Amino acid sequence: MTKTLFDKVWERHIVVPEAAANPATIYIDLHLIHEVTSPQAFTELNNRGLKVRRPDRTLATIDHSTPTRVNADGSRPYVTPQAETQVETLLANTKAHGIETHGWESDNRGIVHVMGPELGATQPGMTIVCGDSHTSTHGAFGAIAFGIGTTQVGHVLATQCILMPKPKTMAINVNGKLPKGVTPKDVILHIIAEIGVGGGTGYALEYRGNVFEDMSMEGRMTVCNMSIEAGARCGMVAPDQITFDFLNGRKFVPEDFDAACEDWASLATDKGAVFDKEVSLRAEDIKPMVTYGTHPGMGIAIDAIIPGAADNAEQDALDYMQLSSGEKIAGTHVNKVFIGSCTNSRMEDLRAAAGIFKGKKVADNVTAIVVPGSVLIKALAEEEGLDKIFIAAGAQWREAGCSMCLGMNGDIGAPGDLVVSTSNRNFMGRQGPGVRTVLASPETAAASAVAGVITDPRTMESAA
Amino acid sequence: MSFEPLNTVTSRTLVLTPSNIDTDQIMPAKFLSMTTKAGLGEHVFANLRYDAQGNLTDHELNTDAGKACEILVAGHNFGCGSSREHAPWGLTDYGFRVVISSEIADIFRTNSLKNGLLPIVIEKGAHQWLLDHPGEDVTVDLNKCEVRLPKNGGTYSFDVDAFSRLCLMNGTDEMGYLAAQDDAIAEFEAAR
Repeated sequence: MTKTLFDKVWERHIVVPEAAANPATIYIDLHLIHEVTSPQAFTELNNRGLKVRRPDRTLATIDHSTPTRVNADGSRPYVTPQAETQVETLLANTKAHGIETHGWESDNRGIVHVMGPELGATQPGMTIVCGDSHTSTHGAFGAIAFGIGTTQVGHVLATQCILMPKPKTMAINVNGKLPKGVTPKDVILHIIAEIGVGGGTGYALEYRGNVFEDMSMEGRMTVCNMSIEAGARCGMVAPDQITFDFLNGRKFVPEDFDAACEDWASLATDKGAVFDKEVSLRAEDIKPMVTYGTHPGMGIAIDAIIPGAADNAEQDALDYMQLSSGEKIAGTHVNKVFIGSCTNSRMEDLRAAAGIFKGKKVADNVTAIVVPGSVLIKALAEEEGLDKIFIAAGAQWREAGCSMCLGMNGDIGAPGDLVVSTSNRNFMGRQGPGVRTVLASPETAAASAVAGVITDPRTMESAA
Repeated sequence: MSFEPLNTVTSRTLVLTPSNIDTDQIMPAKFLSMTTKAGLGEHVFANLRYDAQGNLTDHELNTDAGKACEILVAGHNFGCGSSREHAPWGLTDYGFRVVISSEIADIFRTNSLKNGLLPIVIEKGAHQWLLDHPGEDVTVDLNKCEVRLPKNGGTYSFDVDAFSRLCLMNGTDEMGYLAAQDDAIAEFEAAR
């Protein structure tokens, strides 16, 4: 019987099969934790006198509440004492339970979804969970990876398992030749605009077709990262040579790497396997994308006209964004630019942004911040001299973390600011009360920073 | 953790019509820094309930009548976005036991079921009736898996998996059930 990638990985992790009276008990290979969604789970564990079953399958870091600046005296300017307490609580909990933790001293500290792959902890065929909806990122490696709530964080800490019904499967096929200047971020924003913010609800996605086969791991991570913005808890790409080359030599990969690769290669969807739903899109139809509303499904090509509101909610979104249908989105005044987040903070993203910034200046009306995804990426970028390019252009080069993606650490915009952001959510007020977020690729964000208005990066010279 | 058993709820509805209300709207990120669950009901829908100066608005959520509502009716695709369980924690701490929409996001739905908050996806016609009739007394019967609307609005069934339903009706969580599978989990680990 033919099977999909999702089916194969799912079946390898069934501890107790699904039945009429109970959901399946699924074994979790890797549990990533961070400071925001774990404290109440540890409290629950402690209250019940339970231990962490597999500290060796649990990996922790601090990313959401962490400052991205350092004071002159070396101290860290936490946004509130509560934020510092939250970070300290994570460090204390993981120490008490013997969990490997990448805290302030680690060279691998970073956004949890950047760190996992960097360490080779993320591997094909795994089940991976984290109390964070962008856990879907790890699906780029052919893992079933999805976000869970704090109650389930507790379940996994205690039992290494979760209870869940099997989701349906959906193939997203994108074939053809991507036009020049179209990035993975544009591909996923196009997909979400096509299938809608709820289009993937109840499904596990598999991204298929030559566009994803030809994409780098960084690009695949950007795509899978935003599966949740279409409502899908998880999105996957079949593991292949690009996956294996990325993982080779990293800390946690299996000792017999060749044997592992052989096994991983067998996970790809069988020819003729049937998905519950299929969506097919043409690569040639995709252009650089930006969002114009208050959810990631409200996206258009950067050279397009802002469409009319389909309903009251869309009109409210346009009013909030201070944008009018019938007008061009390009040319809209910009106040801030954020390059970072688990969507676009990896080397490929920083190189692309630096290519635009090189030899140019951030416009006077714009504050631009560049936040690398991890301490390692910060070091690699500095090795390549990317930091010098950003600083020479007048952008700020920060410490690694989630930063302005959700603004928990105090990196936010001022009310009314328009922020061109490489992150994943343009929800009302997410980057600060009254802040208007426009999602875009690193190239578009950098070009908009330089021009001071939303700008098609294809119109600007790049050194990349 | 356990919660009040949920069997039948009869209550006025509080209606929030916009579609795609995300968990950032339900519980803004600035309230995620806490290390307990206490008091999140004060912050739920903070952007609707407080003005820029932090003063209470005249939104229905701030009225005594609103606070008495145990059934929230919301626009399509409620609870999308972030996995923060602070959203259902805030909703239950506020006093809601049921949320009804025409579509509810997966992670929010899962989190709700684990906190004594029943997420109901109802057919479009009934959903529209509920959106059009805020403040009506509606009955949700988990035993029969049906929603009963007043004024000849009709009776509609809804789906909830048998396991979650049992947990809700008994007010129990899943940790005990999972922990009882320890032998099966150990066996699985040994066989790999």
